[in-house]
Amino acid sequence: MSAAAPAAAPTAGLRVLERFRRHRLAMFGAVTIATLTLACFLGPFLLPFDDTYIDIMQRFAAPFGGAHILGTDELGRDMLARILMGGRVSLLVGFVAMAIGMAVGILVGAVAGYYGGLVGTALMRFVDAVLCFPAIFLLLALAALVEPGLTSITLLIAATAWMDVARIVEGQIRSLRERDFAVAAEVLGATDRYIILRELVPNAVAPIVVAATLNVARAILLESYVSFLGYGIQPPVPSWGNMLNNAQIYLTSAPWLAILPGIAITLAVTSFNFLGDGLRDALDPRMDGR
Amino acid sequence: MTAAPVLQVEDLSVRFRTRGGEIAAVSGVSFAVRPGETLAVVGESGSGKSVTSLALMRLLPPGAAVTVTGRVGLRGKDGRMLDVLTLPEPEMRGVRGDAIAMVFQEPMTSLNPVKPVGEQIAEAIRLHRGLDRRAATEEVVRLLDLVGIPAPRQRLASYPHHLSGGMRQRVMIAMALSCEPAVLIADEPTTALDVTIQAQILDLLRRLQERTGMAVVFITHNLGVVAEIADRVMVMYGGRVVEQADVRPLFARPLMPYTVGLLRSVPRLDLAGRRAGPLPAIPGNVPDPLHMPEGCGFHPRCGDHVAGLCDARLPELESAGEARLVRCVRWRELTP
Amino acid sequence: MTERPILEVRDLRKWFPLGSSLFSRHRQQVKAVDGISFSMRRGEILSLVGESGSGKTTVGRTVLRLTAPTSGSITFDGQDITRLSRRQLRPLRRRMQLVFQDPFASLNPRMTVERIVSTPLIIHDEPGGIAARRAKVEAALQLVGLLPHHATRYPHELSGGQRQRVGIARALILRPDFLVADEPVSALDVSIQAQVVNLLLELKDLLGLTILFVAHDLAVVGHISDRIAVMYLGRLVEVAETRVLFARPRHPYTEALLSAAPIPDPTVERQRIILAGDIPSPIDPPPGCAFSTRCRYATEACRAAVPPLREVAPGHLSACIRDDIALQAPRHGALTAPSKETCRCRLRSTGYRVTIACPRPSTSSSSAPASSASAPPTNW
Repeated sequence: MSAAAPAAAPTAGLRVLERFRRHRLAMFGAVTIATLTLACFLGPFLLPFDDTYIDIMQRFAAPFGGAHILGTDELGRDMLARILMGGRVSLLVGFVAMAIGMAVGILVGAVAGYYGGLVGTALMRFVDAVLCFPAIFLLLALAALVEPGLTSITLLIAATAWMDVARIVEGQIRSLRERDFAVAAEVLGATDRYIILRELVPNAVAPIVVAATLNVARAILLESYVSFLGYGIQPPVPSWGNMLNNAQIYLTSAPWLAILPGIAITLAVTSFNFLGDGLRDALDPRMDGR
Repeated sequence: MTAAPVLQVEDLSVRFRTRGGEIAAVSGVSFAVRPGETLAVVGESGSGKSVTSLALMRLLPPGAAVTVTGRVGLRGKDGRMLDVLTLPEPEMRGVRGDAIAMVFQEPMTSLNPVKPVGEQIAEAIRLHRGLDRRAATEEVVRLLDLVGIPAPRQRLASYPHHLSGGMRQRVMIAMALSCEPAVLIADEPTTALDVTIQAQILDLLRRLQERTGMAVVFITHNLGVVAEIADRVMVMYGGRVVEQADVRPLFARPLMPYTVGLLRSVPRLDLAGRRAGPLPAIPGNVPDPLHMPEGCGFHPRCGDHVAGLCDARLPELESAGEARLVRCVRWRELTP
Repeated sequence: MTERPILEVRDLRKWFPLGSSLFSRHRQQVKAVDGISFSMRRGEILSLVGESGSGKTTVGRTVLRLTAPTSGSITFDGQDITRLSRRQLRPLRRRMQLVFQDPFASLNPRMTVERIVSTPLIIHDEPGGIAARRAKVEAALQLVGLLPHHATRYPHELSGGQRQRVGIARALILRPDFLVADEPVSALDVSIQAQVVNLLLELKDLLGLTILFVAHDLAVVGHISDRIAVMYLGRLVEVAETRVLFARPRHPYTEALLSAAPIPDPTVERQRIILAGDIPSPIDPPPGCAFSTRCRYATEACRAAVPPLREVAPGHLSACIRDDIALQAPRHGALTAPSKETCRCRLRSTGYRVTIACPRPSTSSSSAPASSASAPPTNW
């Protein structure tokens, strides 16, 4: 709005940061994710217990009661160490699956949205077809065929996570393509690649980022489901999902076995959602001073 | 001699609270319109002309973010003066579309896209005039014919998107006229139209006014349109009235430097093709309502401003002859 | 002998198929542009005037080869560009540019002014590092009357006039010689329009531009153009020098258009020709002369065949078969002598602000040497 003030304007990056910092929930999300990530990847080095160390004498130790801060499980393994190691797996799967899903989704969506016509229609009908399968069944069906493991689970989750991004990007690019600034780039002699990547996609960043953060949350949840059902990450490697699976039979006798990974999943998923919200507002330069 | 005003506005102010600060969108606007008279409100973006019109209709979003003060007197159908700003909302609903009606710039956004136009007008008529369905339909046909829509009976079932821009604006005018309002507020009704269609609509409004004797508040930025349609003119800048006069004296001898600049910056048709030097443009930008200049709002763009005088305090809107008002401390020196 | 025209358009047609069904065999066509020819001298401003649906914008876009014409030919500076591919067009993009109507929509909202104005340099791989690029951007901003600090702003932080200046800076940074200006002032506030018109004229002289000016505002068109081409429903109906067209229109549509232009003078006695109805659909234009459905002079012969655009006087083309009618020239007001103060005005772009020096008759003892726009327009 302001046009008259000749004061030196802060750089674009600083202003994005400034807007982000005003968003309390997003700050909470960002701090939680940062803490969680740091704890999961560095924490295990600092702990006195290994996540796979079995101590039969210490089975079902309750949290906050002794050497094991968060108690132990049915084999006497330290719960804190297992939560952190499980977090590593969950976050890793979440981030990598999101990144792959995004890359595929943006590519498919941008191509379909920019060129439209037969190519666009064909691509988007394919997306619709894949979307028809409930992700969890698709995942379980695939998981039954493939040897379960970190890589295969990540790829499988990514394979179910690109369609919504493709749809969002397709819609955005299709409407942005008609805008005058895209025409302006074309008059200047820009290539399709330049127009898509430099002019159009940055304008679709807000919904893409939101979709990305939601997709991390979704990937973490999916990994948990699949592992909970026993087709995902296989013990003894812990993940939040297979820890929950493990905890079912002790639900009444040792409820912390379920509650702790449950809290971890909830915390991670809601934090990513808040983060997405905040980023959407922060990345929009029009939010300044409104 | 002259009839009493049907619309009397006194000291109308509208303030908006935004995240960037408070905006005085309209400050201390007063005017009166008599039956059969057309008042043109001239201004650019941010001048407050459209906010004024919405305030008259009480169509500004209610809530703590908007403060409206002042008095808006409107003569109701029974001859009583109504205080529009304090009227309870149910009563106001009865007044809106009945004693005072409005035509907008873009008819497409004010018409319901999924309803035939005939039905939309009939609804308004039945609401305000209590006619039955058949009588209302006949009335719609009469109105569509009145506003110059060919084959009006066939048009009843048309949807807004079937109609051209000019036709849609005619439908809007028919709807506004359905209850024979005493005051019609037309907010840039021809801005989105082509010149030949604009000529049609202006012609139509003029004829309708002659027939019905309604008062028209015509909001526009086009000085050519003002010269065609107005009896009186009110020039607004930065939310304030800066000049008010009858149309002929205003064009013959504008007093406020802003009005002078506006009139001069429009290319003249009689000089077409001569390119007699650059246009005498007003320098600078339309002011940002969040950062209105001190003193006279126009002074940073005014070639005649005097430091320490024009930027010191807001000039009064003072009388400059019969039925003339001007807001400029230097108008006496500047006008020969 | 005569100089080669910078742009030559021959029998240009642009039809758009209606609907995108894969299976319908006989598609209807929107005949947006239906066989127009014109050429432009280097350094002239030709205005393309018409109402919405006349096809004037499509002509502008097709001439720049943003869309491929359905038929006809476009020759730019001797080179046939009708069928060039996008890759082949790339070097030409440096020479032909576009200024848009809506200065907000045409600027990428995610980019700063500096990034927007430097886009042409990036696309065309202009030599020089970041510093050289920055200097060029600064020079371009200065050219259009913006200050260096505007470079860090986003489009939404600028006023409408400033945004349009950014659009012009982007179009001119590669120093093109041909510009299509598509309604460049109609989205701006009245008091800003004159600034941008002046800027375009000043830049035209400074850079030797040829401008195809697409517009509907006759007052602006009359001021800016050397010649005017009037379009109706995809065809040219009249082409003439500006002064001639305004003084003696030879086509009934031009006559009606000129008479419809509102004149900012309440004392003028108006002789308005109110056209009946709307512009017909370009999908199914009327037979013969497309204007015959609204023309008050139309005869049976008008509906029989499409009247060709022919020379009715040297340099004056009209597509009306009725030579026997006397058309009315528009009335502009009683006073037609140019205002003296206006003539003496000179414009100098002093960086950001445009100052108008306008010496007043020395009746008052005003000491300000450059008091601008102060004398009242006595000649309205």
